[in-house]
Amino acid sequence: MLSIKNLTVNVNDKQILKGINLEIKPGEIHAIMGPNGSGKSTLSHVLSGKGGYTVTGGSVTYQGKDLLEMAPEIRAREGVFLAFQYPVEIPGVSNIYLLKAALNSIRKHHGQSEVDAMDFLTLVKEKVRLLEMDEKFLYRAVNEGFSGGEKKRNEILQMAILEPRLCIMDETDSGLDIDALKIVSEGVNSLRSPERSFVMVTHYQRLLDYIKPDFVHVLAHGQIVKSGGAELALELEDKGYSWLEEAAA
Amino acid sequence: MNTAIATAPAPGSLAAYTPSMAISRYAAEYQTIAPALPGQNLPWLQALRATALAQFSAQGFPSPREEEWRYTNVSGIEKKLFAPSLDLTGTDVDAEWLKSYKLEDAWVLVLVNGHFSAELSVLDGLPEAVTVMGMADALAKQPGTVEKYLGTAADQSEHSFIAFNTAWFTDGLFVHVPAKLVLDKPIQLLHIVTGSEAMATTRNIIIADDLVEVKLIETYVGKDSAYLTAAVTEVFVGLNADVTLYKLQSESEKAYHFGGSYIKQARDARFTHHNFAFGGLLARSDIHVDLDHASECELNGLYLGVKRQHIDNHTRINHLKPYAVSRELYKGVLDDRARGVFQGRVIVAEDAQKTDSQMNNRNLLLSDDAEADTKPQLEIYADDVKCAHGVTVGQLDEKSIFYLQSRCVDEETARNMLTFAFANEMVDKIKIKGLHDRVLEQVLARFPQEGVNKEWL
Ligand SMILES: Nc1ncnc2c1ncn2[C@@H]1O[C@H](COP(=O)(O)OP(=O)(O)OP(=O)(O)O)[C@@H](O)[C@H]1O
Ligand SMILES: [Mg+2]
Repeated sequence: MLSIKNLTVNVNDKQILKGINLEIKPGEIHAIMGPNGSGKSTLSHVLSGKGGYTVTGGSVTYQGKDLLEMAPEIRAREGVFLAFQYPVEIPGVSNIYLLKAALNSIRKHHGQSEVDAMDFLTLVKEKVRLLEMDEKFLYRAVNEGFSGGEKKRNEILQMAILEPRLCIMDETDSGLDIDALKIVSEGVNSLRSPERSFVMVTHYQRLLDYIKPDFVHVLAHGQIVKSGGAELALELEDKGYSWLEEAAA
Repeated sequence: MNTAIATAPAPGSLAAYTPSMAISRYAAEYQTIAPALPGQNLPWLQALRATALAQFSAQGFPSPREEEWRYTNVSGIEKKLFAPSLDLTGTDVDAEWLKSYKLEDAWVLVLVNGHFSAELSVLDGLPEAVTVMGMADALAKQPGTVEKYLGTAADQSEHSFIAFNTAWFTDGLFVHVPAKLVLDKPIQLLHIVTGSEAMATTRNIIIADDLVEVKLIETYVGKDSAYLTAAVTEVFVGLNADVTLYKLQSESEKAYHFGGSYIKQARDARFTHHNFAFGGLLARSDIHVDLDHASECELNGLYLGVKRQHIDNHTRINHLKPYAVSRELYKGVLDDRARGVFQGRVIVAEDAQKTDSQMNNRNLLLSDDAEADTKPQLEIYADDVKCAHGVTVGQLDEKSIFYLQSRCVDEETARNMLTFAFANEMVDKIKIKGLHDRVLEQVLARFPQEGVNKEWL
C-alpha cells in the first residue's frame, strides 16, 4: 500500500525528517508516537501533499505509484485521506456541499457518474448517525465555530463518507472527551477492512485501547527510533520517550 | 489634473465668478442649461442652486488633495465634459433591455438620463397614501415639502460633488410614505443612462414617516458607453420607522459614478443599507448616517473590481445621541489591476454615551496588481462607549486551499469556491428573492465560476 524509503524533508532549509523508512501493507494499522516537534505532522502533511516542504531525498510509493509526483487533490482522489490535527474553518462553504464536491471528484476520477442526490443523502445521514452527530452540522460552514472535539469528529465523518484506502489520522484523539473518543473509535473500527490501512498519530494509549494497532513506531528528531507491536505503546506510557531519544542521539 | 487651481476665485463669491476663470469646464457650460432646470419659480431653490454653483465653480470636482478624496482621482470627468439631457424627448429606451433590470414583484420608478419617466414606471396597486413622483413634479406640486427636506441631510459644503448635484440636478425621485404604513412590496428606483457622453444628475428624497416599514432598491445601469451618473439621495427615517435601502450599482464599464446617500434617523429608527458596487470605470459612493437616540443602522457593502476599475466607498456614521447602535461590514474582492478604497468614519459625539459600534472591512486581492486602500477612523468624544473596528487586506488563505485540495477539490476550483464564499456572505444578506438572484448572477459573472455550483447556495 505505502512504502516510504529514506525520506528526508526540509522546512525553510532546516531538516525536519531525517530518513524515514516505513512499510504499510493493506489492512494494517500503524501508530506513530513521539515527542512534540519530532516531525509527526510534517510526515502526515508531506504524504498528503501540503506545500512548504522540500523533499530532499528518498521516495514514497503508494499503490505502486510515485506519491510525491501527485497533486494533493489527486492523492486524495486516489484514496489518501488526512484527518488534520488542526482542521481548517472554511466560512461560506457548507459541510454537505464539500462532501458532495469531494465524493463526485473521486467518482469522476474513477470514471464514474455523479452520485445520485437521494443516494448521497442516505449515505451521509447513515454516517452522521454512526458518529452520533446532529444533522444540523451538515448545513453549517465547514468547521466554522465548531468546538475542538466537533472538528475532530467532522474529520472522521468525512473519512467515513469518502472511504479512502489510506487513512492518516493526526492526533484525532486530542480534544475528544471520553464518550466522543469511544464513538469516533467505533466509527474508525467500522471502516477497518483488509484493503484499508491506517496511520494513527497519537500521544495517548487510550486511543490504542479502542483501536488496536498492528505496529507502533516512535518518531524522534525526524527519525523512527523504535518500532514494535502494540505492547510498545504500553512501555512508552510507562517510561516516556527519553530512553529512546538518548539511544538515538 | 487640477492644474487650474491657481486661478480659482475666492470661494463663495458669486461676483468673482466669470466663466473664463472657471476651474471647471462644467461651470462654464452652466448658463446654457440653467433655464431648463426645474424649480425656476422657486426663489429658495434658485438661491440654493446659486450658492452651490458658486461653491462648485470655486472648487471644481474634488481633488485628491482633499483628505476624503485622497485615493480617488476624478479628473477624467473634467476631461470628458459630459452633457446633461434637458428632457426626455427623442430618448428611445430598449424595452427588452430595460425589462431585464426591472424587478418583478416591486413598484418600479424609472429614471432615464436623469429624468423620471411615468410611462416606463410600474406603480399598479401602490397605496394611494404613498406619494411617488419625479422631483420636477414634486417641486411643482409640493414645493413646501421639498423645501423642508432638500439639502437638510446632505451638506453641500461637504464636498463639491454635492454642490454640483444641487446646482445641476435635472430631476430625480420623490418618495413619501406616510406614518404607520407598512409596504408589502419593495420600491425600485431604477436609474438608467442610454446616451454616450451623457450625464444623469438626479436629486432624490425618500421620506419614511413615523413607524413606517419600507424597502427600497436603487439600481444604476447604463448602455455600454462612457457617461456620468451623479446622484444624491436624502433619506429621512421617522420615529421607530424601519427602512432598508439596497443599492445595486452596475454601471457600464466605462462609466463614472458618484452616488451619495445621506440618511437622517429619528429616535428608535432602524436603517439597513446594502451597497453592491460592481460597475463603472470609476465609482464613488458616500453613505452618511446621522443617528438619534437609540436608533440603529447596519451598513453592508460588497465591492468587486476587475480590469482597471476603481471603486471607492466612503461611509460616515454620526452617533449624535446616546444608546444608538451601528454595525458595518464592507467586503472587497479585487482582481487584475482593480483598486478598491474603503474609508469608514465613525464619529461619537460627546452626548452619545452608551454608543455601540462595530466596523469591519475585509479585502481579498486576487492578483498582484490589485490594490486595496482601507482607512477606518474612529473619533470618540464620549467616554462610556463600546466601539470596535478591524480591517484586513489579504490573499486567499493557503491553508484553506490545501484543506479543500486534501478533500479532492482541485486548486483552481478551491480558489473559486473560497472567493465566491467570501463574497456570498454579503449576497446572502439580501432578503428579496428576485434581487438576491440577480445580484448572485452578477457576482458569478464577475469571477471564474468553474467548480462553483449553484446548488450549494
Ligand atoms: N513552517 C515551519 N517553519 C519552521 N519550522 C517548522 C515549520 N513547520 C514545522 N516546523 C518544525 O518542524 C518540527 C516538526 O514539527 P511537527 O509539527 O511535524 O511536529 P509534531 O511531531 O507533529 O509535534 P506535535 O506532537 O506537537 O504535534 C518542529 O520543530 C516545528 O517547529
Ligand atoms: Mg503534530
